[in-house]
Amino acid sequence: MKKNITITVNGTAHTAEVEPRLLLVHFIRENLKMTGTHIGCDTSSCGACTVLMNGKSIKSCTVLAVQANGKEIKTVEGLAPQGEMHPLQEGFKENHGLHCGFCTPGMLMRACELLEKNPSPTEEEIRWGISGNLCRCTGYNNIVRAIQWAGAKMRGEETPSSEPEFV
Amino acid sequence: MIPAHFTYEAPSSLDEALALLEQHGDEAKILAGGHSLLPMMKLRFAQPETLIDINGIPGLSYIKEEDGFLKIGAMTRESDLEDSSIIKSKYPIFTDASKLIADPQVRNMGTIGGNIAHGDAANDHPAVMLALRAQVEITGKESSRMVPIDEFFFGFYMTACQWNEIVTAIHIPVPSAGSGNAYHKLERKVGDYATAGAAVALAVDGSGTVTYAGIGLTNVNSTPLRAARSEEALLGKKLTDETIAQAAQYASEDCNPSADLRGDEEYKRAMVGVLVKRMIHKAAERAMD
Amino acid sequence: MGHSMKRKEDNRFLQGKGNYVDDIKLPGMLHMDIVRSPYAYAKIKSINTEEALKVPGVVAAVTGKDLEQYNLHWMPTLMSDTQMVLPTDTVMYQAQEVVAIIATDRYAARDGKEKVIVEYEPMKPVMDPHKALDADAPVLRTDKEGKTDNHIWHWEVGDKEKTAEVFNNADIVVKEQMHIPRIHVASIETCGCVASYDKVDNHLTMYMTTQAPHAIRTVIALVAGHVGLTEEKVRVISPDIGGGFGGKVPVYPGYVIAIAVSFLTGAPIKWVEDRSENLQADSFARDYHITAEMAGTKEGKILATRFKVLADHGYTDASANPSKFPTGLFSIGTGSYDYGTAFMEADAVYTNKPPGGVAYRCSFRVTEAVHAIERMTDRFALEVGKDPATLRFENFIKKDQFPWKSPTGWEYDSGDYHAGLQKAMDHLDYWSLRKEQEEKRKRGELMGIGISTFTEIVGAGPSKDFDILGIKMFDSAEIRVHPTGKAIARFGTKSQGQGHETTYAQIIAEELGIPAEHIQIEEGDTDTAPYGLGTYASRSTPTAGAAAAIAARKLREKAKKIAAHLLEVSEDDLEWEPGKFYVKGAPGKAKTIQEIVFAAYTNHPQGMEAGFEATHYYDPPNLTFPSGAYICVVDIDNETAEIKVRRFVAIDDCGHIINPMIVQGQVHGGLTQGIAPAMYEELIYDEEGNILNGTLMDYLVPTAVESPSWETGHTVTPSPHHPIGAKGVGESPTVGAPPAIANAIVDALSPYGVTHLDIPITPFKVWKVMKEKGILGGKPV
Repeated sequence: MKKNITITVNGTAHTAEVEPRLLLVHFIRENLKMTGTHIGCDTSSCGACTVLMNGKSIKSCTVLAVQANGKEIKTVEGLAPQGEMHPLQEGFKENHGLHCGFCTPGMLMRACELLEKNPSPTEEEIRWGISGNLCRCTGYNNIVRAIQWAGAKMRGEETPSSEPEFV
Repeated sequence: MIPAHFTYEAPSSLDEALALLEQHGDEAKILAGGHSLLPMMKLRFAQPETLIDINGIPGLSYIKEEDGFLKIGAMTRESDLEDSSIIKSKYPIFTDASKLIADPQVRNMGTIGGNIAHGDAANDHPAVMLALRAQVEITGKESSRMVPIDEFFFGFYMTACQWNEIVTAIHIPVPSAGSGNAYHKLERKVGDYATAGAAVALAVDGSGTVTYAGIGLTNVNSTPLRAARSEEALLGKKLTDETIAQAAQYASEDCNPSADLRGDEEYKRAMVGVLVKRMIHKAAERAMD
Repeated sequence: MGHSMKRKEDNRFLQGKGNYVDDIKLPGMLHMDIVRSPYAYAKIKSINTEEALKVPGVVAAVTGKDLEQYNLHWMPTLMSDTQMVLPTDTVMYQAQEVVAIIATDRYAARDGKEKVIVEYEPMKPVMDPHKALDADAPVLRTDKEGKTDNHIWHWEVGDKEKTAEVFNNADIVVKEQMHIPRIHVASIETCGCVASYDKVDNHLTMYMTTQAPHAIRTVIALVAGHVGLTEEKVRVISPDIGGGFGGKVPVYPGYVIAIAVSFLTGAPIKWVEDRSENLQADSFARDYHITAEMAGTKEGKILATRFKVLADHGYTDASANPSKFPTGLFSIGTGSYDYGTAFMEADAVYTNKPPGGVAYRCSFRVTEAVHAIERMTDRFALEVGKDPATLRFENFIKKDQFPWKSPTGWEYDSGDYHAGLQKAMDHLDYWSLRKEQEEKRKRGELMGIGISTFTEIVGAGPSKDFDILGIKMFDSAEIRVHPTGKAIARFGTKSQGQGHETTYAQIIAEELGIPAEHIQIEEGDTDTAPYGLGTYASRSTPTAGAAAAIAARKLREKAKKIAAHLLEVSEDDLEWEPGKFYVKGAPGKAKTIQEIVFAAYTNHPQGMEAGFEATHYYDPPNLTFPSGAYICVVDIDNETAEIKVRRFVAIDDCGHIINPMIVQGQVHGGLTQGIAPAMYEELIYDEEGNILNGTLMDYLVPTAVESPSWETGHTVTPSPHHPIGAKGVGESPTVGAPPAIANAIVDALSPYGVTHLDIPITPFKVWKVMKEKGILGGKPV
């Protein structure tokens, strides 16, 4: 039996009649055609599908769309107005925090909550904080730097140099 | 990976949820955090006919000290435990455990009630509850009852919570002065289930004698396991290298791990011994603070 | 060049505007899901799709028998073996494709799949490659007429007799058995496609996660030309790709089924794998069992090496290697050392495992070779009682010995191995670490230091030796400069995260003086890009990067002629500086590249062809030989055997660096894909052929917590034959890191008689060895 749901995504309310088994990630990608949120695994291991639900980062492949009924969802498309960049997006670009880009939206949304809860995280805290997001390309060093850079910017401080550091 | 069809109910009260359980029988499953259930449904290992989502029921998420107990509502998220100041200051064992459960996103959904009610010996909270001698509040249609944690786990995925009942809270006796507790598990990588895990809670009096010992083990038995002989080995004794070694030895003898990709039985027994020893030391240090 | 320009491609990825294959939605598109075999080896007795076809939304079910009618049930592999698209009678590995279900959406397809009933008659599979050649082993490839065993091929290189002689007379011979485990690339995006056949135009557009779109187009035309899909009727589009690492080079059955179904129905067919399908059925990497030997003097001079390989290829050889190289470039395994005698041989066998033999971020089996030589170098150092750093310094090929001819036939272009290792050692204060280790050993603490000083071989390759299915392994660039001086350039390669849109623009900018921001780079569409062999094996910069430089130089020659015409001087009177030609001795008399290009469209010299375009197909004269010096420091808990990588320094030499930020990023990523097989990843099967870790819950891809904070740097020894002196870098770290880590762990345990451990080296594995050696809890040395 289908259920009627209303989910606010990036500030816009969407009402739909859906099968209860519809996964939130499919609601976002297929119903709303917002394809920035990706799917990388079946077992909630990779974090590519991470979005914010009422401000908390969650894996949208392991949440039913019906569970998000009445809630606020934020996806990568909602981080900043079209064509503009959130400090995290800027930080990832400045510090080469992405290669293929597939894990990036999930990584950004996770980092978003991480900085919200802990505006000035240590490297160790960042590494544990993004431990639910797999990246196969970057080796994580520059993702850590990107989040630190964004943290500084969001705190209103001078951002650290984004030039690569070599031995 | 897509689940099979099911009907979905989202009751707004506990009574309503219990009535739905009565109505659907054991073809229904309770949906709490969903991070054990939904992956199994996506793989079609589980195909419940009805999901009863209890996330919309008010009053099931809280952390409070009351009547000599720390009371935690069943729908309290792992991340709420991590953030709670009461937990951080007096029950660091939860912080130890929470940090090692899955990952931050999963902990934003996963609930302490679900972690226990799932009856999975690989989950981390059961061992912690054993160490703290928690009681589980189980609510049925007529009334609710408190079940000591030692009587809660029956077998593989089997608990004292009946098909028409819901785990609604966990009550933990507030530790006396001079108490300390700690949890650690070995994992192949962050977020993995435990190769082995040990939870230790101690109380030590002014003379250094152990007045309380609780030791629970993760993923080394078909059910979460109390290391009873280890506890006895500590009670009434001073924490010397010898008594600690004895407790560790007993735990490693008394567990029943099975070989899997994480290691063989011998290795897991050895790890239980090491972890119990280390967690006794850590709990004792915290007790002294 | 040498500038860390921020990447041009980033904005779309950061704002959720990447366009990956699963993002493509076409009108009337149907979805495909695949029923897979639960058995590793079984006869198919029957397939019943009746109930599946009743599921609402399911429109078709496709079996091997259906494809057989069109002779599409088998396909060739890149190594000229054959692979089933869908089986007609026998399944050869667990998770093999058996039935395809087509439905109006992916939920219905999944439901339909559940209802398919396949009756199997299981047989005892061959899982152990060592037993595959036993007389009583069942012959797996009964489809091959006259096949009487499970042997695929034998390969050898070097001088067998001379090597035997050196070994017979050597002071010291060391030997180890090693297994380089079967692993999986596990790119975060799985594989998939949308096959869209237009029945009216008789035209196929294939959106596909492929690293080599042009080669795929040719393969489709060769396989399906007889039904009308000739090459001009096929367009392959490789959209944004979420990581490749070699796993997106092969043609998987799912792609072929999707094309077949689209061809028959006229509807676009989308197929995107689940993660478990990806891990369980897509091409594996490695799986080499190596007997490695090294002979030398008691003073520590390496004299010869001998490697014997048993290669487990699964049920078909679907390796992604150049045609003439069944073991890829394994023969690079004499490494960075100056000795003249080596012999290597390999035998490949069939087993009931998934097919493959792809890169996992490695240039054609170089990782296996480097692991063997670097492990054996440490093994030899241990035997002669020399510090492994000292022994390496004494055996390195010296800077002035290049070009250097290796005993297996390669000509190394350039290198400075001493400088790299010295830099890595200085950074870590190596000898202090050795002192610290000595102290710790006295206390029974376990600390290890491991070195890997490897030589890579990339940039395949020269046309005299290198082809894939007969197509020579050149690569291409086409540059088109618009009248206003802005450009578009297209390539035969395909980025999967390597940053081509930035790096190629920088190369052209350097050569032509047009700002990189004004150069748009396109790849991946076979209708628009020039033909090329694609991106894998660190070949893009060595081949397409060179093509870009040379095409740009062709344009610069033309620019010079136009400038001479505009300035009314002879070409010989002109000097170039980036962005303009000026008259010698009169710098004020100059024409900018923008003015020159404008003139090419508006005022070109009589007799000259108008416009400003150039194409180049670059056939490299040699491969390039990047190198690296890596040092890893580990601490091992002497009770739990947990292994902590305390430090890891990587000094790479990839010649001239185009974009240091991107090169460093590649190194970081490759290092994490190096620690992965060294400590975490392996595909594990039981005797019945069941995969035991077919999801990301048990196939342990490292997170940011397992991955150490990498310390990286470089030395620069340009390639003498590459137009811009670059060598390629994407895979060096994946190749070089595992032996550094393995050497460090073995080094920690070496005082107790441990000489080798197979990767992945897990705490469990180390604990067992520690128990066996009686050192649990610490044993002072």
